[in-house]
Amino acid sequence: MIKSIHLTEKPLDITRCREFVSHPKNGAEVLFVGTVRNHTDSKNVEKLLFETYKPMAVKEMEKVALTALNKFEIASIAIHHRYGELNIGEIPVVIAVGSSHRKAAFDACEFAIDTLKTTVPIWKKEFFTGGEVWVSAHP
Amino acid sequence: MKILAFGITKEYIGQSEIELNDDSLSTVAHLKNRLIELYPNLKSLNSLAIAVNEVYAAEEDKIEQNDVVALIPPVSGG
Repeated sequence: MIKSIHLTEKPLDITRCREFVSHPKNGAEVLFVGTVRNHTDSKNVEKLLFETYKPMAVKEMEKVALTALNKFEIASIAIHHRYGELNIGEIPVVIAVGSSHRKAAFDACEFAIDTLKTTVPIWKKEFFTGGEVWVSAHP
Repeated sequence: MKILAFGITKEYIGQSEIELNDDSLSTVAHLKNRLIELYPNLKSLNSLAIAVNEVYAAEEDKIEQNDVVALIPPVSGG
């Protein structure tokens, strides 16, 4: 197994992601941890709600992982995402990549998070002081 | 056919699932146009993708009455 895909309502386990890609052949393990920040532009964000079309999202996450494995000289990749309600500082996404050399791992990790954000059916609603909005829905 | 709505489209439609039975809707483009007639707010979105049986579909793709269609407004995971 060279990829680990996980979409869950429960808190993500950063150590589990890192351990999944860990291997004696690796010279690099890159870890991306996405966190819920307390502001968007000038708005004071209080919490986020992540909704997903789970069976399709898992398939699309698999595609992102496979494409990254084909496109970059990496050994393994873990893509874990959470859904449901998340508070400031909590972790909606973790991506871990293991490879012989760091450049491929950095590139693959960036590719994976950028692609996930454009293809995986997960939606984020921001709750801020005095309102709520589905992110990116409107111009 | 069964149509699933997610994110903001669920709010526009007022529910997470509707049933639309119309044999004249033979392609994704037809279906999309009909849905925009029924729920004009859909037009205000940055984009509206359609998935058929859990796979992104192209406008010219054929659809069948027993397909499961999903409305995919702009995604914002991560």
